[in-house]
Amino acid sequence: MNIIVTIKQVPNTNVIKINPVTGTLIRDGVPSILNPDDASALEMALQLKDKFGAHVTVITMGPPQADAICREAFAMGADRAILLSDRKFAGADTLATSYALSGAIKTLDYDLILAGRQAIDGDTAQTPVSLAQHLDLPQVTYATNLDFDGKKLCTVTKETEEGYQILEVETPCVLTVLSSAIKPRYMTVKGIMEAYDKEVEVWGADKLDVEEARLGLSGSPTRVKKSFTKPQKQPGEIFEVDPEEAVEIIVKKLKEKHII
Amino acid sequence: MDFSLNKREELFLQMIRKFAAEEVQPLAAEVDDQERFPIETVEKMAKIGIMGIPIPVQYGGQGATNQMYIMAVEELSKVCATTGVIVSAHTSLCMNPILEFGTEEQKMKYLPKLASGEWIGAFGLTEPNAGTDAAMQQTTAVLDGDEWVLNGSKIFITNAGYAHVYVIMAMTDKSLGTKGISAFIVEKGTPGFSIGKKEKKMGIRGSATCELIFENCRIPKANLLGELGKGFKIAMMTLDGGRIGIASQALGIAQGALDATVKYTKERKQFGKTLAQFQNTQFQMANLETKVQAARLLVRQAAWKKDMHLPYSVDAAMAKLYCAETAMETTTKCVQFHGGYGYTREYEIERMMRDAKITEIYEGTSEVQRMVIAGKLFK
Amino acid sequence: MEKSDYKNIHVFVEQRDGVIQSVALELLGKAHELSADLHEKVVAVLAGYQIKDQAQMLIEYGADEVICMDAPELKDYLTEQYTQAIYQVVMEFKPSIMLIGASTIGRDLAPRLACRLNTGLTADCTKLEITEDMQLASTRPAFGGNLMATILNTEHRPQMSTVRPGVMQKMARDNSRKGEVIDFKPTFDESKFKVRLVKNVKENKGTVDITDAKILISGGRGVGCKAGFDKLQALADVLPGAEVSSSRAMVDAGIIDHCRQVGQTGKTVRPNLYMACGISGAIQHLAGMEESDLIIAINKDKFAPIFGVADLGIVCDLNKVVPLLTTRLAKEIEK
Repeated sequence: MNIIVTIKQVPNTNVIKINPVTGTLIRDGVPSILNPDDASALEMALQLKDKFGAHVTVITMGPPQADAICREAFAMGADRAILLSDRKFAGADTLATSYALSGAIKTLDYDLILAGRQAIDGDTAQTPVSLAQHLDLPQVTYATNLDFDGKKLCTVTKETEEGYQILEVETPCVLTVLSSAIKPRYMTVKGIMEAYDKEVEVWGADKLDVEEARLGLSGSPTRVKKSFTKPQKQPGEIFEVDPEEAVEIIVKKLKEKHII
Repeated sequence: MDFSLNKREELFLQMIRKFAAEEVQPLAAEVDDQERFPIETVEKMAKIGIMGIPIPVQYGGQGATNQMYIMAVEELSKVCATTGVIVSAHTSLCMNPILEFGTEEQKMKYLPKLASGEWIGAFGLTEPNAGTDAAMQQTTAVLDGDEWVLNGSKIFITNAGYAHVYVIMAMTDKSLGTKGISAFIVEKGTPGFSIGKKEKKMGIRGSATCELIFENCRIPKANLLGELGKGFKIAMMTLDGGRIGIASQALGIAQGALDATVKYTKERKQFGKTLAQFQNTQFQMANLETKVQAARLLVRQAAWKKDMHLPYSVDAAMAKLYCAETAMETTTKCVQFHGGYGYTREYEIERMMRDAKITEIYEGTSEVQRMVIAGKLFK
Repeated sequence: MEKSDYKNIHVFVEQRDGVIQSVALELLGKAHELSADLHEKVVAVLAGYQIKDQAQMLIEYGADEVICMDAPELKDYLTEQYTQAIYQVVMEFKPSIMLIGASTIGRDLAPRLACRLNTGLTADCTKLEITEDMQLASTRPAFGGNLMATILNTEHRPQMSTVRPGVMQKMARDNSRKGEVIDFKPTFDESKFKVRLVKNVKENKGTVDITDAKILISGGRGVGCKAGFDKLQALADVLPGAEVSSSRAMVDAGIIDHCRQVGQTGKTVRPNLYMACGISGAIQHLAGMEESDLIIAINKDKFAPIFGVADLGIVCDLNKVVPLLTTRLAKEIEK
C-alpha cells in the first residue's frame, strides 16, 4: 500500500506579533513548523504503516528551506519525501498549488492521499479539495478517524457541526484530517539520527505532468489586492477589585448598556 | 571546537522542546507537590528513545552524541528538574559504567533493556558514613563459591525503587583501602536486597531518593563490574560523566528561571513601568544571561571532550561547579524579581530555586569540584 | 470565457434535513446589499429533496429569484452529487458571483466546485464589497487572524467566496417580496458517486447554536473543571437568551463540546454581551469574538490579552465573582 501525505511548512501563527507602531506583522524570529493538521494526517498514514506496512511518501511545495519539514517527516517515520521547489511555482494560490501537486502525484503510485484539513497561515482548507478535483478522486474532508479494511474500503468518520457522519469510500481517494482528532507522534531520537542520511527529492516544474501556464502566479485566478493589520481596539476600563465590588461594576455596566 | 548546532541537533532540540512543553511541563508542579515519581513520563521518554541517547546502536541505544544527551537533560530540566535527574542518573551513572567497564555479556544483558527504557538504572556509592569521603565504604562483598554476598546500606540513591538495575560499590578487601573497592551489578528483586526509607527533600521532590539495604544479598559472580578492586576508579570515572549530566540539569534550571523572569518582568508593572524597563532589572538580568551562556559553553566543552574521547574530568568538574552555582544565583535573584509572588507556589520560580540547591551538593559537592580543579592546578 | 456573459449573485442555500441553514439567509442579506451596488439580481440556489416549498422564504430574505433543484440524489449533502448539480447551474446561468457558507458542507463543496470551474475562491471572508470597477473584493483574515487580506478575482468567473456563519447579517424578513422560482433539473453522472453516507449522527450538541445567542457566558482555562463550568451555566440560566461557550483550551480538555467553541477553529460570534471568564485571549480566540457589542472580561491575570479587547475588565477570581453575580442578577431580573 502506498500512501501520499501532502504537507506544508508554515510560520507558527501562535507566536506572530504585530508591531504596535507600524501595524505590520513581525515575522522575524517566528519559527517555521510543520502545519499541525498535516502532522496529524502524517500520523494517520503512519498508523496505517504500523498496521499494514504501508509505504509513506510526503510531498510538499515550497522554498528550499521546506527541506526541514521533510526531515521532520522522516524522523516521525515517513519513507520518502518530495519537495516541489521551482521559481515557476512562486505566487501560486490554492488552485495553482493544488495543480502543481497533482502534476507530481500523477507520476507516483498511490492508493491513498491524506492531507491536513487546512494550513494555519491561510486557513482556507482549499488545496486538498482542489487536489482531489484535479486528480478526479473522491474526497472526504474533516476526517477524525479512518478504518481501512486492508484492501480497498475506507470507513471514515467525518466531523460535522451537529455530530459526525460515517462515510464509505474506496481507494484511491483523498481524505483531509483534523489535528484535534489525532495526536501526531513525536520524532524519535533514532528517526532524527537517520533523517539526514535520507534523500529529500527536489523536483522542479520539468519533472511534473503539467501545463506550465497553469503554475504559479500565471495559473492563479486570485490576487491579493492589499493586506493590512486590523486597527487595534481602544482598551476599555480595567478594575482590580474584590468580588463584591466587581459585581457592582458589572451590574452597572449591564444596566448602562440595557442588557438588563 | 564548534558549538553551533548542526541540522540534526536542531531537529533534536525541536523534538525535545516540544516533548518537554507538552508532556513534562504540565506535570512539573504536581510531581513536586505530591512528591510523585513521574513514571508515565519515563514510559513516554522510553518510546521515543530519550532513555538511551548516547548508547551505541549495537547495544540498543540511539547512537547519538553526548552533546545531544546533555541538550535533552537541559531542556527537560528547564521545565522539570526531577525529570532531568531521572534521565541523568539512568544514563550517566548506570548505563555509562556498564558500557565502559562491562563485559560483552554484561553489556548485551543489560544495555538493550536500559537503553530502550524498559528498565531504569541507578547507582549506589554514598553511604551514611561515606559521602564526600567516598573511600570510607562500609558495604562489603564477599565471594562465596559462585556468588558475591553483599551486606550494608546505601543512602540518597536516585531512581531507587523504580530502577531495575543498580551499579553498587562495595568493599571487597578492606586492607587495600580504595583499591579494595569493587563495582557490582545488582538487579531489583534479588533476595536480600530491599529499598529502605524514602527521603523527603527540599527540591527535585518527584525524584525517588531512597536507602538501599543489602542483607546477605547473593548475586552471581559474573555481576562483578570491571576488575576486582577497580570499583573506586570506576565510581570516580562514572561521576565525571555524571557531572556533565548534573551540570546540564543545573543549566536547564537556570535557563528556565531566566526565561520565566524575562516574561514576568516584561509584564509586571510597578511605578507605571514594566520591571524590564528599570535599569537595575536590565543590568542584573544581563549579568545572569551572560553567566548562563558561559555555563553552557563549559558544559558543551566537557561533553565535546567526552565525545572526542579526550580527558574531560577537570572540564566536567568546572562545568558542574559553575553551572550549579549559576543555577543557585540565577534562581535566587529571579525569585527576588518576582517579589512576593516568587515566594509562593503560584509561580514556578519558587520550585526552581528549591530544585537548584541540590546541584551544588550531589554527584560531588561544589567543594569536591574545587578539589578536582585544584588537584590539576597544583599537581 | 466572456466575462460580460456572467451576471447576478448566486447564493448556495445550505439545507440539512430540509432545514435551511441560517448562514444561507445571512448570505442572502449580504448579497442583497451587494446587488444594490452591482445592479444585478440575487439568485438563491436551493438544492435538496422535497424542499421546493421553502423557496418563498428565500425570496422574503432577499432573493430575487430561486433556482430550485429538487432531486433524490440531493437529499443529503455529498460532495460529488452537489458539485455536479451546482456546476450545471453555473454553466447554465453564468453568475458573476457565487457565495457559499463556510460550514463543513460549504468548505467541502466550494473548493471542489471552484476547481472544476477553474476559477478563484476566497475562503472565510469577513467582508465583501463591490469595487468601483464592479469587482468583488473579499476580505479575509490570514496568519491566525493577525493579518487581513483583500482578494480579487478579476479574470475568471464566477468570483467565488465563502463566509463563515454568524459573520453577515440577515435582512429583516419581508413577506411582501416577490420573485420567480425556477425549477432546474440537473443530470447526474452516477459513475462518479464514490462516497456512500452510512450514517449521519447528530449528537445532543447540535441543539444549541451559540452564534444565535444574544448573550454568551464564555469560559477558558481559568474555569478549571466541569464544576467551574456549572457556575457559568448557572449564570447563563438566569440571563434570558444566554448560552455558555468556551475557548479552545476547555474543548481540548474535554470539558465542553466543540460546538460551543469560539475562535479561529470554532465559531465566530457577535452577541450583545460576551462575558469572557478565565479566558486569557489568544489571538485565535479574539478573532472569533471581538466583534461582540459589549465584552466583559474577568481574569485573575491582569496581563491577560483579553483585557486588550474588553470594554470592561475585572481583575479578580471568576470563581468568586460569577456565583455572586448570578445571585445578584437573579434578583435584578426578578424586579
